[in-house]
Amino acid sequence: MKKSILIVAFLLPAIFIKAQDVNELLKQVRAKIEKVNDYVASGKMKTNVIFMKVPVASIKVFFKKPNRLKIKNESGISLIPKGSISISLNNVLAEDGYSALDAGTAKIGNTDTRVIKLLPNDDNNEVVLSTLYVDPVKLLVLKSKTTTKDNGTYELEMKYGIYADYALPDKVIFSFNTKEYKLPKGVTFDYDDGTEKKQPGGKPQKGKVELTYSSYIINKGVDESVFSK
Amino acid sequence: MWKLLQIELFKIYKRPRTYIAFGAVMAIVAVVQVALRYDGKSYIDFMMSGLSDTFEFQNDKVLNGYLVCFIILNTLLIHVPLLVTLIAADEVAGEANMGTLRLLMTKPVSRTQLILVKFAASVIYVILLLMWMAVLALLISILIFGTNDMVVLRNDSFHQMQANDVVWRYVMAFGYATVAMSTVAALSLLLSVFADNAVGPIVATISIVIVLTILSEMNIPLYDKTVKPYLFTSHMVAWKGFFYVKSTEEGETIKGSIENLPAIGRSFLILVIYICLFVGSAVVCFKKKDILS
Repeated sequence: MKKSILIVAFLLPAIFIKAQDVNELLKQVRAKIEKVNDYVASGKMKTNVIFMKVPVASIKVFFKKPNRLKIKNESGISLIPKGSISISLNNVLAEDGYSALDAGTAKIGNTDTRVIKLLPNDDNNEVVLSTLYVDPVKLLVLKSKTTTKDNGTYELEMKYGIYADYALPDKVIFSFNTKEYKLPKGVTFDYDDGTEKKQPGGKPQKGKVELTYSSYIINKGVDESVFSK
Repeated sequence: MWKLLQIELFKIYKRPRTYIAFGAVMAIVAVVQVALRYDGKSYIDFMMSGLSDTFEFQNDKVLNGYLVCFIILNTLLIHVPLLVTLIAADEVAGEANMGTLRLLMTKPVSRTQLILVKFAASVIYVILLLMWMAVLALLISILIFGTNDMVVLRNDSFHQMQANDVVWRYVMAFGYATVAMSTVAALSLLLSVFADNAVGPIVATISIVIVLTILSEMNIPLYDKTVKPYLFTSHMVAWKGFFYVKSTEEGETIKGSIENLPAIGRSFLILVIYICLFVGSAVVCFKKKDILS
């Protein structure tokens, strides 16, 4: 009995210190992200969903603190996946909204990362769990997984370049769940050209949106009207 | 031959009822345009319902002149064959009814020539009707709704093409539609040979087109492989194939591509065979016909 108490007494501070580490790391990451009050980013958006054939779109992404994000395709039609708001890390790392848990380490590419699980304090939060893969050296989130109540799991992978100091990625790969797509044949009056269909029935599919940014305009102000349109 | 064609065209365009079809096309197009102008959002919401759970999109951009024209062109299935039949079925039977057919046969013109010229006149009528439709459905829709990327919703897939990759597809689609409607004209002409009154061939042609269209659109495995591939109505909708695009492995639309061009070519060939069959039969039957009226 004495032995067990001793072990627990010895381990508890260690667990506490580790948790503190994680919170400290998150604080540093958040501080880096918060250097950006707003930005306008230009780039290309590639959509990869099994039942969709979509051209690459030239887009502009507008962001304003605390969590306002708008993706616009000025020349064509863009289909923006719902939940893409989590493309902004500010949402994932909303201050005081979560309890952080250390989930060990993992490798993303060649980089060693700390895995941090974020549990929302509010039971009614749409997000059930977020997992972040943080580069502790550069203080950058390289990957995040967000599980929601209604919309499945979103996954974000980020690759950084010249805007790494602002924690702004050059490339974001946003993965999400898609539902099966079907319209009644009596509505579409399709021409049956005999082309083999790619869509396997029944199973939920994963869709991907790849955003490649060419430039950012940071902290120069973004007009409110952009978000209302 | 050219003189004969001019006379046939004169006869067609001198009749006031010829212009009913042009008026009807204008009315169909206007009805669709007005409806979509004022309640297009509901239509787009319905059509995009399979995607709206997963994606956000701007209704006003999706509903543009290109999509409106595509929606209108779908009426090709139902309305335009009827309008084509009104003229083509009247070509021989109408003359028989008026008693001018016997008089016409006294002229130094072969029966083959006469049928071919009457068919050519019907094709010219089809071309003009579809050109009129293109002006109203495409140009006016562009003026009202503007242009943007075009989306085409199939039963199981979503195709999006850039605005600058659309017009040539319409040129091809209207060209193909001319062949499709000419098939209906050829059938009407064939039935017209057997009648002394245009009503019979008109009703017969429309009935055939309706029954075969229903068969073509039904999804019953028994018909899918055995009957449907041989019906001309199954191939009349192949104009839509010009709006089905190819994509890369990653789902990126390939500009200027057509998903299955050989299939469209095959459908085109089948329609041409039907035209030859109908017109050829009309010539043979007309040559044997005892003209009493």
